[in-house]
Amino acid sequence: MAIWIEEDAKVLVQGITGTQGHFHADKMVEYGTVIVGGVTPGKGGQTVELQGKDFPVFDSVIGAIEATGADASVIYVPPPFAGAAIMEAADAFYRAKGEGVIICITEGIPTLDMVKAVAYVNDREGVRLIGPNCPGIITPGEVGGAKIGIMPGHIHAKGRIGIVSKSGTLTYEAVAQTMSIDEGQSTCIGIGGDPINGTGFIDCLRDFEADSQTEAIVMIGEIGGTAEEDAAAWAKDNVSKPIVGFVAGATAPPGKRMGHAGAIISGGKGTAADKIAAFKDAGIHVANDPSEIGAVLLVALKEAGLR
Amino acid sequence: MNIHEYQGKQLFKEAGVKVLEGIHCTTVEQANEAYKTLNSKVVAVKSQIHAGGRGKGTMYHPESGELVMEGGVKIAFSADEVNTYATNILGNNLVTIQTGAEGKIVNNLYVEAGCAIAHEYYLAILVDREEKSILIMASTEGGVDIEEVAENTPELLHKVWIDPSAGLLGFQARNLAAKLGLGKMAGRSFQKMLFSLYQMFTARDCAMVEINPLVRSEDDEIIALDAKVSFDENAFFRQKQVFEDMRDLSEEEPTEVLAKETGLSYVKLDGNIGCLVNGAGLAMATMDVTKLYGGEPANFLDVGGGADEEQVKTAFSIILKDPNVKGILVNIFGGIMRCDIIAKGVIAATKALELDVPLVVRLSGTNFEEGRAILSSSDLNIHSAETLAEGAQKIVELIGGGQ
Repeated sequence: MAIWIEEDAKVLVQGITGTQGHFHADKMVEYGTVIVGGVTPGKGGQTVELQGKDFPVFDSVIGAIEATGADASVIYVPPPFAGAAIMEAADAFYRAKGEGVIICITEGIPTLDMVKAVAYVNDREGVRLIGPNCPGIITPGEVGGAKIGIMPGHIHAKGRIGIVSKSGTLTYEAVAQTMSIDEGQSTCIGIGGDPINGTGFIDCLRDFEADSQTEAIVMIGEIGGTAEEDAAAWAKDNVSKPIVGFVAGATAPPGKRMGHAGAIISGGKGTAADKIAAFKDAGIHVANDPSEIGAVLLVALKEAGLR
Repeated sequence: MNIHEYQGKQLFKEAGVKVLEGIHCTTVEQANEAYKTLNSKVVAVKSQIHAGGRGKGTMYHPESGELVMEGGVKIAFSADEVNTYATNILGNNLVTIQTGAEGKIVNNLYVEAGCAIAHEYYLAILVDREEKSILIMASTEGGVDIEEVAENTPELLHKVWIDPSAGLLGFQARNLAAKLGLGKMAGRSFQKMLFSLYQMFTARDCAMVEINPLVRSEDDEIIALDAKVSFDENAFFRQKQVFEDMRDLSEEEPTEVLAKETGLSYVKLDGNIGCLVNGAGLAMATMDVTKLYGGEPANFLDVGGGADEEQVKTAFSIILKDPNVKGILVNIFGGIMRCDIIAKGVIAATKALELDVPLVVRLSGTNFEEGRAILSSSDLNIHSAETLAEGAQKIVELIGGGQ
């Protein structure tokens, strides 16, 4: 078992006929993800070629789910339309199956669109949103697996470390670090760097704790907001598995947005120092440098009698 | 994006939020003229910069650094005083707790009529990240540092969260007016103002609107005496009017503006080690690790996930615009972006820009072996590193240790 996305999950691609959507859909098929089709309003009935095979395009998400039984949908729709694409997928999964996972890769969605979209998703029990502005989610298999997003598939291997992160390339670093000590991953989730997002750290920790495949967790945060502090406080009482943490942005000046829309220290809140202190208080093993994550994870695994 | 107070008040006025009569000026003559036009016994002469704490700030001469005047917001009772204050403000450097020691040159002035104030309140609308909704905050303790109120007397800071599908509801505005202790007349004026302001916030994709102070006049009207308005840059595509008409580029770091135009994310810092990284999180981590090994990062720079040779070159040229840069650390984790492509980009940029500062490149991820081979077979003075820690140590060493 992994969390939320099984190795053989059936996946739709919203925006499959766009440059980004098509490029990444192809990469997903190459990795072994079970893509069942795509959605582009107005282009229903066409097909798209991925890795030399034709895949159907549907006009609506509900139509696509009814035809394919999809479990998840990944969104590569441009920012002006992405909020609406999330809501369409949420409603379709809720009505067609009562459950489903939506992964929104798009960066640059207006914040107020996300406020609306997140509330809409939360009103539909059983539907989960990952992102936006994130690399996606991957559950590596023995062979292939489910890669849903933009991460490089080949750096991953199936294993027992769950990874959750706000950042893309830092997640890849964390993956490489687990591999450097011969550990693979159960599921890796990029929750995204926007101020308003769907799935948060606590959702991931809760399900990693319950997942039998996951035996340790790597959690990567960054400056801005208090999600890391809240997650650390929650983990203190609720997570028994070892956690290794890293927080980016110790040198970021206050009041400046560091690339991600959400990465900003405002009103003295959201500093790396506060987050690291909260991690330490919760017994999380803190790496000061992403190149140390492997070494710190090894110590944590040994302490827990897992190595 | 931030705008000036006078621009914020223009938007308030359009939205139906009551403000006092005021005139935007860029010269002393205009300020003197404005005083006559306003025909108000008392006026406020207000520096317009994108930073708070103006009233308690200090005006300095931009070249000599000599103190010109205490305070960047002055109350004037005569034409002479307006003339003096405008002269002391325009073209001079205003240092406040929010500008940092370097301060900001004041190019814009707002001359505003006075009013008889009965009480000062605080009001803000913003997006609450944790509750994932719009939050309205109000307090009877206006005109002071609201963070202190939140810290010391949180019970005086009233909060209302908005359900995004319902919007601001009548009872919420009514209850907030009651919490502020407003009587019937003032309460009505407050509710009307709040609905107008909320409408403006959502219609214009604001990130934050802060009014400190919001005042009750002696005749029980609610008036915005200040306007701090910022916008969500992600909404640029549907808010062109505000972004094109109200943007003041002189308030922004020129290199940051240039970087944004070329699709890069750049923030200038005070150190001397330039950083070129893919991904925002990794870019921050690169700065942090540089510091950890005794160096000082000169910038945050994220070239993005799909950067090509051209983008890498632009990134280098932006980093090199900062005269403090004594060395550059490139940190790339190749995902979809292949390290061999990046290596070629680094070499092309180094040659084209005749780079003469030490360069350390750390490549990892997709095709990193090919990337490193390309770098080491070049005749350029490029140092390779396997890990971020090693890269940071090398660049610090190459520029002769920490600052």
